[in-house]
Amino acid sequence: MTALDVKYDEAVTIEKSRRRRRLDRTNWPLTILLILASLTVLAPLYVTLSMAFKTSAQSVDGNAFALPAPFNPQSFAQAWQLTNFPVSFSISLAVAAITVLLTLFLSSLAAYAIVRNWTKRVFRWSLIYLLAALFLPFPVVALPQIQLTALTGLDNPVGVGILHAMFQLSFSVLLYSAYLRSIPIELEESARIDGASTWQVFRRIILPLLGPMNATVGIFAFLASWNDFMMPSLITANPALQTLPVVQNIFQSQFGTNYNVAFASYLLAMAPTIIVYLFAQRWVISGVTQGAVKS
Amino acid sequence: MTTTRVTSTSVEGTRTPIPSPTGTRKRKRSRVELTYYLFLIPSLLVFTAFVVVPAVIGIFYSFTDYVGYGDWSFLGLRNYQALFTDPTILGSYGFTLGFAVVTVIVAQVIALALAIGLSRRIRFAIPLRGIFVIPMVISGIVVAYVFNYLFSNSLPALATSVGFTPLEQSILGDPNLAWISIVIVSAWQTIPGALLVYTAGLAAIPGDVYEASSLDGASTWKQFTSITVPLIAGFIVINTVLGIKGYLGAYDVIVGLTGGGPGNATSSVAMTIFGGFTGGDYAYQMANATVFFIVTVLISIIQLVATRGRTVRL
Repeated sequence: MTALDVKYDEAVTIEKSRRRRRLDRTNWPLTILLILASLTVLAPLYVTLSMAFKTSAQSVDGNAFALPAPFNPQSFAQAWQLTNFPVSFSISLAVAAITVLLTLFLSSLAAYAIVRNWTKRVFRWSLIYLLAALFLPFPVVALPQIQLTALTGLDNPVGVGILHAMFQLSFSVLLYSAYLRSIPIELEESARIDGASTWQVFRRIILPLLGPMNATVGIFAFLASWNDFMMPSLITANPALQTLPVVQNIFQSQFGTNYNVAFASYLLAMAPTIIVYLFAQRWVISGVTQGAVKS
Repeated sequence: MTTTRVTSTSVEGTRTPIPSPTGTRKRKRSRVELTYYLFLIPSLLVFTAFVVVPAVIGIFYSFTDYVGYGDWSFLGLRNYQALFTDPTILGSYGFTLGFAVVTVIVAQVIALALAIGLSRRIRFAIPLRGIFVIPMVISGIVVAYVFNYLFSNSLPALATSVGFTPLEQSILGDPNLAWISIVIVSAWQTIPGALLVYTAGLAAIPGDVYEASSLDGASTWKQFTSITVPLIAGFIVINTVLGIKGYLGAYDVIVGLTGGGPGNATSSVAMTIFGGFTGGDYAYQMANATVFFIVTVLISIIQLVATRGRTVRL
């Protein structure tokens, strides 16, 4: 290779990297377009925030985007009392906790049994049986469920938690099964040779490995339960035991024009999950994405 | 399953009397360890008690004149016959199907566009994605209440100030326009989930495919139709099937926006079914629910069959 060739090669490399750098440059028009698109998400949140701090007089003028003038934080005290926030918040949390725990417990065990006994017909059919609910919307079974929960004394937040878990079961078993199939069985074999029982294998080896899937299943179950309006509003008989989303309906009738109080209450209802999301964003997004890919 | 077989032969090869954790061909007749049944049975029991038994009871009552309490007698198929001539029921199916189809198209197009946008060379990709996902963590009914105010107060106020007459009245009170508000809010709420699925799908496409095609002179649109869409077809199918299923059961958003009105203009099938509990036509609405279930399953199957084999793998 002559010196000239080397020079030429160098020149080509420089030209190439220059071209690549031009390609790597930020696409600003697209960035600006996406920032504008993100306003469709941010605007309603901004409206909620600004409405919550307005006075009742200002809140009825329809100009939702105006800043609060004067600044009035008292709506929160009223909203807090009207919705009995500490109680409805605790009930929402309890329902979501029942849903998450029951979903994790039932579906991880069932999926493990099914995957490890896939050659047995009973287990294969059980999976199909459990998956049937994927195509079963709640309205189809709502009426008998309302009746049965009332008959069995489960027309309360506990019953709502159980039913939420039932409608998460299919999807969760599916996610766990897909994940368990990717865990090599050799990991279990050695423990078995050491004399571990099936339960010990599950508890000591499988459960720690299920970590990422537990997060995914848990996030899905939590969000579905925490944000639901339909089931608690139909199942829970005692209005004093309603969840946070359901109690928001008092502002639709009784306090029709106190928009500032209503929005303060909406903000209180939205805030917990948004705050948790902002802090655990990467975690939530990777969890949900995993669920999406596995399914 | 090949790994399973290999391991279990190796176990048998060493003649260890430890039962293999999976059934092997040799042990096919052998008993499954009791623990596995104990793992599976709780799910089956609870699922049967809380979902299957109510479903069976409900379907049974759909053939009777049961009102939710007291005596009943058999009606045969009369509830079902009545359904097909009931304008309220037919209206609710028309609205629900139309709304589901429009919303799924709107939501999927926007979600895919945003996912592609976010996958390009842009600034602030992570915070932007973070913002786009926020609607997923908020309760649908609360979102609907917020939009209810915007549609019924802010939009008319804005229209009046700029002198745009058609929107001076709230669209929520207009039987011909109210459905648009439901499409907007439902899409707003469900775009994040679809967006994340598409983002995962796009991330799996290697960049050199695009490089090669652009060397061959393919336009951006050509790349989109010939590379992107075929390679993420599986994700489009799953998003569409799950999306339609979700929209068919729409309830929360409608309650928060229009309550099914004006009149019955935006009354979804779910809403008419729930009406059966207060309206004294329990059995009739159970027939409705049964038909609704069949319709839901059929639509899912049609979608899956129609799109089968459209997925391309690299």
